[in-house]
Amino acid sequence: MRVSGPAVKFGNNIDTDVILPGKYLILTNPTDLAKHALEGLDPTFPEKAKRGVIVVGGKNFGCGSSREQAPLALKYSGVRCVAAESFARIFFRNSINIGLPVVECPGILASVQTDDELCIDFDTGEIRNVTKDKALKGMKLPAFILEILSDGGLIENLQKRMKKK
Amino acid sequence: MNITEKILAKSAGKKTVSPGDIVDVNVEMVMVHDLTGPLAVEAFSRIGVKHVWDNKKIVIILDHQVPAESVKAAELHKMLRSFAKQQGIRFYDVGRGGICHQVMPEKGHVVPGTVMVGADSHTCTYGAFGAFATGIGSTEAAAVFATGKIWLKVPQALKINVEGKFKPYVTPKDLILSVIGKVGADGATYKATEFTGSTIRGLTIAGRMTLCNMSVEMGAKNGIVEPDETTTKFLEGRVTKPYEELKSDIDAKYEKVFEFDVSKLEPVVACPQSVDNVKPVSEVGNVPIEQAFIGSCTNGRLEDLRVAAQIMKGKTVKDGVRTLVIPASQEVYRQAIDEGLVEIFTGAGALVCGSACGPCLGGHIGLLAAGETCVSTSNRNFIGRMGSTQANVYLASPATVAASALTGRITDPRTLEAKKP
Repeated sequence: MRVSGPAVKFGNNIDTDVILPGKYLILTNPTDLAKHALEGLDPTFPEKAKRGVIVVGGKNFGCGSSREQAPLALKYSGVRCVAAESFARIFFRNSINIGLPVVECPGILASVQTDDELCIDFDTGEIRNVTKDKALKGMKLPAFILEILSDGGLIENLQKRMKKK
Repeated sequence: MNITEKILAKSAGKKTVSPGDIVDVNVEMVMVHDLTGPLAVEAFSRIGVKHVWDNKKIVIILDHQVPAESVKAAELHKMLRSFAKQQGIRFYDVGRGGICHQVMPEKGHVVPGTVMVGADSHTCTYGAFGAFATGIGSTEAAAVFATGKIWLKVPQALKINVEGKFKPYVTPKDLILSVIGKVGADGATYKATEFTGSTIRGLTIAGRMTLCNMSVEMGAKNGIVEPDETTTKFLEGRVTKPYEELKSDIDAKYEKVFEFDVSKLEPVVACPQSVDNVKPVSEVGNVPIEQAFIGSCTNGRLEDLRVAAQIMKGKTVKDGVRTLVIPASQEVYRQAIDEGLVEIFTGAGALVCGSACGPCLGGHIGLLAAGETCVSTSNRNFIGRMGSTQANVYLASPATVAASALTGRITDPRTLEAKKP
């Protein structure tokens, strides 16, 4: 599985309250959630994300609440993948479960600028910065997680597994 | 093995597990609330199974947007009510429960030695009872509804050993904020945090819950305290099924051990805009406030309300400060009435609201305008957490918040003369 697109960079400890503020949690339609993606930091983000982007973050990306609406808002705003130095664990699992690819990559914050073109290969863990012609080594995901992602999320994966039974 | 490893091994049907192992575990109980439940129900409907795996092991609690503040919220509540009825799931409606993390142990749904998951990040609160408890998302909760299982990576563990006696007006909240200040907002990411030592053994259930509740604020997968007589006493008459009190082995392994001595601790606050930005109250200077909030799954228990009432008795909150007191559950609310605490708060000019999450997550009730500052007993001070992205939130103990409500600025409770209620 490969994902590519221009980077939009944020810093450390990007929490779920800035990704999707609590007052929008009663919205259930993902496209409505997407209109408020990262509103806490940059209200123009949904406009920027429309072209299909890769969010680059620092340490502890997605810390805070368990709200799945946070990765949902990112996914439906046009985010193709989140690559960060490290993730908060619930956000990491939620992203995989809703079919938003995530990759942990130490050193990414310093090597990527906003608008750099990135290409991520999930099978090898390699993250290529096409603009700077540099390669970074991201953490490879276990096979069963890659399968959930390639199925499109946990529910789709579960449907498949239940059918097999 | 440490207690976390023991619970995961037992729930996975294995003799031993080690950090890094990925295990499929049986879930004892799964909880969703009104902001995570609707997505879970929707995801469950797509799996293709008619019935949940075990309707006695699922709990739905309305606590965030309650009572319904909009037609949209009312519709989500209605949808959850109807799903619970159709599946025969235990449902706590408005006025019948309160904040999920208080209701779960109060009503006997938390079982020591088992795996508990909940679609809320503060599910880690139940570690106070010697359970492995962790937060998950809605889709994963739906998968548990269908299968009763979840995959987990066995975490490395940090031991937080605490000794010494608290000074007056220094509370478990000051301890956990200090721990987070030292470990850092991501210092325990993916890890178990186990609280040990004589201070922890001497803590009440409420204090242990405050500690485990905020473990997630340093990134932890779970916070946990070994069960003992205090645990048994609380659970008596609440948990009816037999349970096992698992404990860490003497030679259990920890990635790191942190030592804390609370006898030197003073009241602290977490300053905007991260929970690890912790300073002694005595060092924050003159910080005027517009709102004071006493409540939440972190500090809305009877013990917390007693401390606040002791400080506020016979006094009046400062003009210009809105003071909200929100008991964590209907049970806590009734006890607060019986003990005369509600009378003290209302007499002081505070507003006592019905049990709910309240302003903690900025959903409704007590949101902040741009430029306003709130001192709060809740658990997060992120940008926009309680309303405007231009508002500031300081996190503190019930004693510090009560003292601050009286003076109109962030105040060390030890500087005020206190009277017993």
